[in-house]
Amino acid sequence: MPGVAIGATIRVLADDPAAANDIPAWCRMKGQEFVAADGHAFDVRRVS
Amino acid sequence: MDYTGDPAGTHAYLDAATSAPLHPVAREAMIAALADGWADPTRLYAVGRRAQRLREASAEAIADTLRVRVDEVSFWPSGAAAAQAAVLGGLGGRKRAGRVLVHSAIEHSAVLHAARTTEAVEIGVDRLGRLDLGSWSAAVAGPGVALACLISASHEVGTVQPVEAAAESCAAAGVPLFVDAAQTVGRAPLPSGWSLLSASAHKWGGPAGVGVLVVRKGVRWLSPYPQDDLHRPGNHPGAPGLPQVVAAAASLRAAVGEARAEGERLSALIDRIRERVAATVPDVEIVGDPERRLPHLVTFSCLYVDGEALLHALDRRGFAVSSGSSCTSSTLRPSHVLEAMGVLSHGNVRISLHRETTEADVDRFLAVLPGVVADLRAEAGL
Repeated sequence: MPGVAIGATIRVLADDPAAANDIPAWCRMKGQEFVAADGHAFDVRRVS
Repeated sequence: MDYTGDPAGTHAYLDAATSAPLHPVAREAMIAALADGWADPTRLYAVGRRAQRLREASAEAIADTLRVRVDEVSFWPSGAAAAQAAVLGGLGGRKRAGRVLVHSAIEHSAVLHAARTTEAVEIGVDRLGRLDLGSWSAAVAGPGVALACLISASHEVGTVQPVEAAAESCAAAGVPLFVDAAQTVGRAPLPSGWSLLSASAHKWGGPAGVGVLVVRKGVRWLSPYPQDDLHRPGNHPGAPGLPQVVAAAASLRAAVGEARAEGERLSALIDRIRERVAATVPDVEIVGDPERRLPHLVTFSCLYVDGEALLHALDRRGFAVSSGSSCTSSTLRPSHVLEAMGVLSHGNVRISLHRETTEADVDRFLAVLPGVVADLRAEAGL
């Protein structure tokens, strides 16, 4: 994440069954924006 | 580091919500009851009658403690069996009303398994694990609802549920309410308004192998098991483990007697854990309602730590804790309760205290935890 520009979006690929729950939870805890999920792909936008 | 299963230092068992250590009263009662408790209480000869008196005295003690009628109490082989008998029996008794079961998303897995046998409507919870009462009220008033199920307080995160408000909606809709009170009985006052209730003796310091089911008078219930009288829950097949039942009744009375003082003592320790873990462990989320909660239980999740690794690392240092992380479950799925709340399931730890937990145990845990988490993060390259 430190290498991602503020405002940029990264796609996380994860087949861990916990990812659908834990990636949005990570965004909330770390003050980042959870954009969308599509199957095993999760889009996260760096906002701070 | 190899896991040897042989913890160094003093042990601290911090998993009472799974099974509380046996209360000394339970131990004494069980040993005393072994003399007559081996006999079958349905037999008419002298030793059978003595066994029957043990069973009756136990049922009376439990009924008295729970403030219900003795003929409303039945014993089952476990809390899970009692909860499933409540759900399946409650559905069976209300077949004519329909087959819809309304339940919260945070019920015990035994209740969720029973719910899969029928048409189920699941009601969500908020971030703190509190039932969505608006959706609940609308759902129980819907067509074909046979039964509603609400856990008294979450066994995973400790949040106390609005049982009495939920019961009012059920009463208005004419739907019986089953309350799984496994974590509340023996620790906190019971809510009112329910039709069926289940509890589990080893959660209050009684022995494992005793579940309690209460079916209030006038509630329709039909045994899920083939037996002579399908309408009487006290009549289920098989001989009961009477010494365990006697121990369960004696220890419930003792636990309820101690509950107020113990609740205050343990609740203050839980407050200390909630405050210190948040202050000393970076990237941690303390889960559940900080105020309307069970007195003895707290759950938190740590980012960038594997739940199973954390559990084993704490075990090596002598702390027995539970985890809702996926890697520690039989299904390899994260806890459905943490998912329903939308809180982190990774690096999850549940601490639940009991009458033998000391302030020193808690302080030792609080001193050890930050280093354990930091070491695991360092091993993972963070």
